[in-house]
Amino acid sequence: MSKNVSSDRFRKVDVDEYDENKFVDEEEGGENQQGPDEGEVDSLIRQGNVMGALQAVLKNPPMNTKNQALKDRAEGLVLKVLSSFKSGDIEKAVQSLDKNGVDLLMKYIYKGFEQPTENSSTVLLQWHEKALSAGGVGSIVRVLTARRTV
Amino acid sequence: MTYYNFLLEPISCHAWNKDRTQIAICPNNHEVHIYKKEGGGKWSKIHELKEHNGQVTGIDWAPESNRIVTCGTDRNAYVWILKGNVWRPTLVLLRINRAARCVKWSPKENKFAVGSGSRLISICYFEQENDWWVCKHIKKPIRSTVLSLDWHPNNVLLAAGSCDFKCRIFSAYIKEVEEKPSPTPWGSKMPFGELMFESSGTDGWVHSICFSGSGGRVAWVSHDSTVAVATGSKNTVISSLSSETLPLLAVTFITENSLVAAGHDCYPMLYLYDEGKGTITFGGKLDIPKQSAQRGMTARERFQNLDKKASSETEKANLESVHKNSISQISIMEGDKSKCSKFCTTGMDGGMTIWDVKTLASSMKDLKII
Repeated sequence: MSKNVSSDRFRKVDVDEYDENKFVDEEEGGENQQGPDEGEVDSLIRQGNVMGALQAVLKNPPMNTKNQALKDRAEGLVLKVLSSFKSGDIEKAVQSLDKNGVDLLMKYIYKGFEQPTENSSTVLLQWHEKALSAGGVGSIVRVLTARRTV
Repeated sequence: MTYYNFLLEPISCHAWNKDRTQIAICPNNHEVHIYKKEGGGKWSKIHELKEHNGQVTGIDWAPESNRIVTCGTDRNAYVWILKGNVWRPTLVLLRINRAARCVKWSPKENKFAVGSGSRLISICYFEQENDWWVCKHIKKPIRSTVLSLDWHPNNVLLAAGSCDFKCRIFSAYIKEVEEKPSPTPWGSKMPFGELMFESSGTDGWVHSICFSGSGGRVAWVSHDSTVAVATGSKNTVISSLSSETLPLLAVTFITENSLVAAGHDCYPMLYLYDEGKGTITFGGKLDIPKQSAQRGMTARERFQNLDKKASSETEKANLESVHKNSISQISIMEGDKSKCSKFCTTGMDGGMTIWDVKTLASSMKDLKII
């Protein structure tokens, strides 16, 4: 084929950045969101208090920050808590959450699906089944439509 | 309730005439068909309105003046007047460069509003001197397509739900056609284009929006499966409910405290709003499924189910609801938004169902319409 001799840098320009009608989300202050407290959660897991650990890890979700490391850390912590549950206890744990808690749990579950590790998918699928029966398809719709997510 | 299937294609939009004997629908193409009610639950097509060059996205029929306004993806709106036995269109220049999405006559029928993909609302009124429909634009601060509109009973305030995740109330006061409006719970100064209220807190495109009968409340449904109601006051409080269903596409008030909403789940549902507590609760599913005989599953079917779907339950593959596809529009047939006795739904299955509120309330024991 013919060789393109002139510069093709124009092909790599992101034209959407220059669109004057571009929609930019409102910035809401998220600097004070630190994510769940690692120390507290770890100690609760060690004590065997998995229900308490679940409550603790769902506090302070890093939803508004742009700090990717913070979000990854929170996701790792949640995964640790979810894996430490026995299969039979999952249903009871989900029942103990309120509506917002179930929505938040669903968000973490889908985030976990995005980067599967050795055992994570099995655990997440068990939690997904229970969270779905508690939150309905509406909670999944809210994962898909959330503008700021964990 | 009575179900009538007009066509195989979705019904894009519909509107009733004043005495509910005729319905104008768009059968998912460039035309508007008007059907007349014959005896015995039958409908016959009496008019075909062909003027649009693009799909008709909104129809509204003014009850008193018997005029139809239609808007479409061809960026135009037409006002149709019945002369003799023929509907004659008049073009309205909306001055938009994207598709028109929804249209509503104002309560006094002296103006109408069109929401469009150009991120603005065109308020159109008839100018006598030029014998021509003129329009004014409301642009700021809308940042995406306006999907739905509803007028306040005072003929001035207009609620708009749009794809930038917000529900807003604007003033559409046109000094050429009306007097200055008196103060409302949403504010007292209402120059044209003034933003009286803007919602926050819900993600998801606002599919449908509705003022209550008195105009003191506005309800909207958005794509993140939530229903929200705001009561106008100095500090407007927004109450919302995250539902467990698929997103809702249409909502209307049937009393001051009850809402009927429907959407991708193919059945209408009732929601109850409590202003004192600031909560919305789910009132019930408003569909009475036919009791089909429970056919037992053979062992082979059970194994196939387990193999393919990993489920051991005897799930039915068919939808039990009356509508077999998403419901896209709800309209009030009898009564008004403060006390409705019949409402009508149309959907993507080409069907129209008329629901009787009294029958529903009596057949579902826990249904309470407050």
